[in-house]
Amino acid sequence: MSSVPDSNKSLSPAKKPVARRSADQAAAVADPTRRRLLAGGLAAGAGAAVAALQARPAAAAGDPAITEIQDWNRYLGDGVDARPYGTPSQYEEHVVRRNVPWLTADPVSSVNFTPLHELDGIITPNGLCFERHHAGIADVDPAQHRLMIAGLVDKPLVFTMQDILRFPRENCVYFLECAANSGMEWRGAQLNGCQFTHGMVHCVVYTGVKLRYLLEEAGVKTNGKWLLAEGADASAMTRSIPMEKALDDCMVAFKMNGEALRPEQGYPLRLVVPGWEGNMWVKWLRRLEVGDMAWHHREETSKYTDLLGNGKARMFSLTMDAKSVITFPSGDMKLPGPGFYNISGLAWTGRGRVRKVEVSVDGGRSWYPAHIENTPEPMCTVRFSFPWRWDGTPAVLQSRCTDETGYIQPTREELIAIRGANGKFGSIYHLNAIQSWAVDSEGGVTNVHA
Amino acid sequence: MSMLDKVAVRMIAVAGLFGAAVLSAPAQSQELAERTYGFGTPVTPEDLAPFFSIPPSGRGLPAGSGTGEAGAQVFADNCAACHGEDLAGIPDPGIGGDRLIGGRGSLASEAPVKTVESYWPYATTLFDYVKRAMPFHAPGSLSDDEVYAVVAYVLSQAKIIAPTDEMNAQTLPAVEMPNRDGFIPDSRPEHALYR
Repeated sequence: MSSVPDSNKSLSPAKKPVARRSADQAAAVADPTRRRLLAGGLAAGAGAAVAALQARPAAAAGDPAITEIQDWNRYLGDGVDARPYGTPSQYEEHVVRRNVPWLTADPVSSVNFTPLHELDGIITPNGLCFERHHAGIADVDPAQHRLMIAGLVDKPLVFTMQDILRFPRENCVYFLECAANSGMEWRGAQLNGCQFTHGMVHCVVYTGVKLRYLLEEAGVKTNGKWLLAEGADASAMTRSIPMEKALDDCMVAFKMNGEALRPEQGYPLRLVVPGWEGNMWVKWLRRLEVGDMAWHHREETSKYTDLLGNGKARMFSLTMDAKSVITFPSGDMKLPGPGFYNISGLAWTGRGRVRKVEVSVDGGRSWYPAHIENTPEPMCTVRFSFPWRWDGTPAVLQSRCTDETGYIQPTREELIAIRGANGKFGSIYHLNAIQSWAVDSEGGVTNVHA
Repeated sequence: MSMLDKVAVRMIAVAGLFGAAVLSAPAQSQELAERTYGFGTPVTPEDLAPFFSIPPSGRGLPAGSGTGEAGAQVFADNCAACHGEDLAGIPDPGIGGDRLIGGRGSLASEAPVKTVESYWPYATTLFDYVKRAMPFHAPGSLSDDEVYAVVAYVLSQAKIIAPTDEMNAQTLPAVEMPNRDGFIPDSRPEHALYR
């Protein structure tokens, strides 16, 4: 971890003073010391991004990168099977999930972030999908794994993995976003870099069986209105899911991006709840219980509820609303100079398809349509781009997503006007506000609230 | 006759020919058989035994009981290291226990304090979570009597019940939590923005 706090300091907006933080409250306010550490940790990634942008230095003689024979041009490389499971180039070592140590007290019950700023397209590589565990990664032996369906069903059943693999299957691309993604931003610009502001989202191809098929196999009784999903990890995490959603588009997945789920994503079996908050996508899925009402367990009462300014809290706020973020240029990057840049980013909505993405380079005063690079699919990210010629003067870059319901991604101020701003333990979840990246005259990019 | 009318007439004719067969019992069971795959094996009572999931009604609460007085020792032995002797929580790195009591009346303030006492709507949730996932480093290690007792201890320290009140499958669901009516369904008024 290199440390260049001074070079980063100039890129960082002034931070608010320290406030008390709690293990599970992602809304903590950064203190300057910790922020500096974080900035140091980020420097490696940011440095590489900057280096890649540097123009070739002018030289009287020939460019050594051309005129000198490189080792890889002189010596034979590894043969096949030297790397039976391929990994990225050694020069991409900085492209990793990273956490923010001060956000949570224990890495066993914590979260890390997808390096969105280093990725393109819409598919997140399996090893880079952010992690959130409540009791660490369960290392489940698939031969010993069972999925039980019980409760208000005609015929309670147990499935082995072999049983599940025999059902008709489907392949769907879905985003998964933690309800607390960007939640640190409720109280001000907390973290620089979109890995940290927006990295609790990923998007992969899931292969699995429609949950409906499994439930029909057991036969849901007419008074079965809710479904409890339970994981096999040491926290045995549970969430209640309305039966209507369970029978609609939920899925029991065993593969992601064509290969078996990674252990940290729920191997051998996870629930897929398209468009709804990530906490419901129970990993290491071992049990489904059908009931007549919600269980009101810890994850849907104490957590994942939205305290409003009037002291009341929203419960079962499950849908992830339309959201977008510019991933290039984004916080902690440095533009080498004026000229052309391909602004690029991601947009998604839990309520169907993305209809439109717009970009502003003047802090939201004027908006231009961005190019959507893939065919929008339900509950799936789109990659958008926008050609921008930077004139070297300060700019504020924003993007906003419109989904097929007509809903437009709001500003943070609009959300706070509805939900209230009652301190850092008030609003934590469902912050889908427009993100602003300020570009200063030196090309430095920072997270600002504009 | 328009094209639409022709289609309608043809559909009625088809219904006339095959309607009776579609509605007959053998056809229905044929359809059902096609909709299931016959995979999976029946659950036995022994299979169900290790599992629990307690809703607010208390359905499925196990036998056993405990009082706050008895729970003080369970708490000191298993919980205080992370949640603090005073139940005020220890947010330090490597510990991270949530604050459990206090905060009543703070939810609408600038500094809301969300605890079991001030926020949790049901006592059954506390029982389910402690039995399910606590103590953090040894989940599932407490006996049902110990879970009842430590839940009673937290509730009594929160002055929701008396230290001598016994918590069991009947009394626990009847506990009225201070924030029982503090939750509302998610109407998501934000969806009206820009409409």
